[in-house]
Amino acid sequence: MTTTPIDRPPAPRRPAAWRAWLGARWRGLVLPAAAILAWWALARLGWVSTPLLVSPGTVLDTAASQIVSGQLWRALSASLARELTGFAIGTVLGLALGALLGLLPLFNRIVGPSFNTFKQISLFAWIPLISVWFGLGDVAKVTFLSLAALVPVVVNTCDGIRNTPATLLEVARVFGYTRWQTLLHVVLPSAAPSIFTGVYLALIYSWLATIGAEYLLVAGHGIGNTLIEGSEHFRMDLVIFGMFVIGLVGWSMNALARALERRLARHRLGAA
Amino acid sequence: MTTILGKELSIRGVGKRYARPGDGDGAQALQVLQDIDLDVPAGRFVSIVGASGCGKSTLLRLILGLDDDYSGQILLDGEPVRGAGLDRGIVFQDHRLFPWLNVERNIAAGLRNAPLSKAEKQELVAEHVALVGLQGFEKSFPHQISGGMAQRVAIARGLVNRPRVLLLDEPLGALDALTRSRLQNELQRIWEKERITMILVTHDVEEAVFLGDRVVVMQPRPGRIRRIVDIDLPHPRNRSDPRFIRLRDDVLGDFLDPDGRIADEERLPPPGALPATVGALPALDRLRMAW
Repeated sequence: MTTTPIDRPPAPRRPAAWRAWLGARWRGLVLPAAAILAWWALARLGWVSTPLLVSPGTVLDTAASQIVSGQLWRALSASLARELTGFAIGTVLGLALGALLGLLPLFNRIVGPSFNTFKQISLFAWIPLISVWFGLGDVAKVTFLSLAALVPVVVNTCDGIRNTPATLLEVARVFGYTRWQTLLHVVLPSAAPSIFTGVYLALIYSWLATIGAEYLLVAGHGIGNTLIEGSEHFRMDLVIFGMFVIGLVGWSMNALARALERRLARHRLGAA
Repeated sequence: MTTILGKELSIRGVGKRYARPGDGDGAQALQVLQDIDLDVPAGRFVSIVGASGCGKSTLLRLILGLDDDYSGQILLDGEPVRGAGLDRGIVFQDHRLFPWLNVERNIAAGLRNAPLSKAEKQELVAEHVALVGLQGFEKSFPHQISGGMAQRVAIARGLVNRPRVLLLDEPLGALDALTRSRLQNELQRIWEKERITMILVTHDVEEAVFLGDRVVVMQPRPGRIRRIVDIDLPHPRNRSDPRFIRLRDDVLGDFLDPDGRIADEERLPPPGALPATVGALPALDRLRMAW
């Protein structure tokens, strides 16, 4: 298509990226900003004077020293290594168990009821048993984390597979798909969103469980141990810094998983 | 393509009974189909019309090979039908496309076990996309296209294997009236072009007469053929042709009481019959009226 060039007004300048980002979110930042300001005022103006309240400045100093001395890195890497190991073991076992439960009716009838009972046991109720069997070291912690990751993966994998619409399975029959083709081209794609949800929950659960494990099975390094150290020495700056790091890691995992999910399940958007 | 008017599909004395839930012995079983005799010559379009519960969808499932538990014989080219096979295609009422595949790959999904090279399959898919007029939508996902377009994709997928018989199980039943009549024209055009034997199951008498060379009227309890009407009108048909209207009203008369109301026995199945009459789509079958 050809058009005669006419004087066009210059395209409006696009706002800077950070501006666009802030533009949509600044209202959500009001409350945290106010809280920090109040906290700072409380500590700074000396209205409250107790070692249990530290100023934001002290926390920042602690953060800097933890980062520079490498202590943060040592604690964080130990925690993350643990969480990823437990997550990986739990997810792999969970996918296998969930797939067997979902695909084999006989296996489901035999193992399903036991698993459903097993999963009712609160996760932290396993700690005493695990600590007696495996001690307080990394083996015990990773076992606990695997358990935390296992349950959501099994449940969601099994549900996803079993919820494959019968209508689509019939289509596979009509086109003469073999069992293997049906699994690969119908069951798994249909179950994929549910399986992904399970893996995503496993990632979040195992991070929560990491902190719990470090807190309850006290041995070695880890971000949970940083918290314990802080609380034992009444170093609120260290406690608050540790909490902030834990939150940040959790938030990053969440964001990462969401971004991945969006990529993987793009075709589902608007499908409902 | 030659049009041999042989006896392509032959249904002989077919009966089907479902055991009623809770009943131990077969004596109480529900007779869904009884003594169905029907010959469908190659290349012809046969419509099967009837009220809910007359077993017409069940009959399609038997032809398709999804259910081998029946009495009598179903022969395709003289050979008994056993299990599903690529020589019989189907279009369901709900399009049943794979939501994770785009239009092109949904059609190709039907060719997964066809003994063809990759290039040949690609060519077939492109050909069938064009046949149903969906060029430009090859990469769209099912949720991005309308119900009518999704049903076109389903028709293309049903045809892509070049089956001997294409079964149409109320393929237009879930569409709005305008889309439906447009797709009826489309279906007629596709059938005239491809000359594949088609069997259409429908609630809609006008649709049955418009598309069929032959209309099989069925009645329920037990599901049986009431009569077979030959529609000797040239294709493409014209809905306002007086001969068409006369034939349509004639068939319509089979569903009406003498005083013009929908016959009661066709409308209300006996108590307890519904759970047992599960065909392909029990829920939808129950919800929709005859027309």
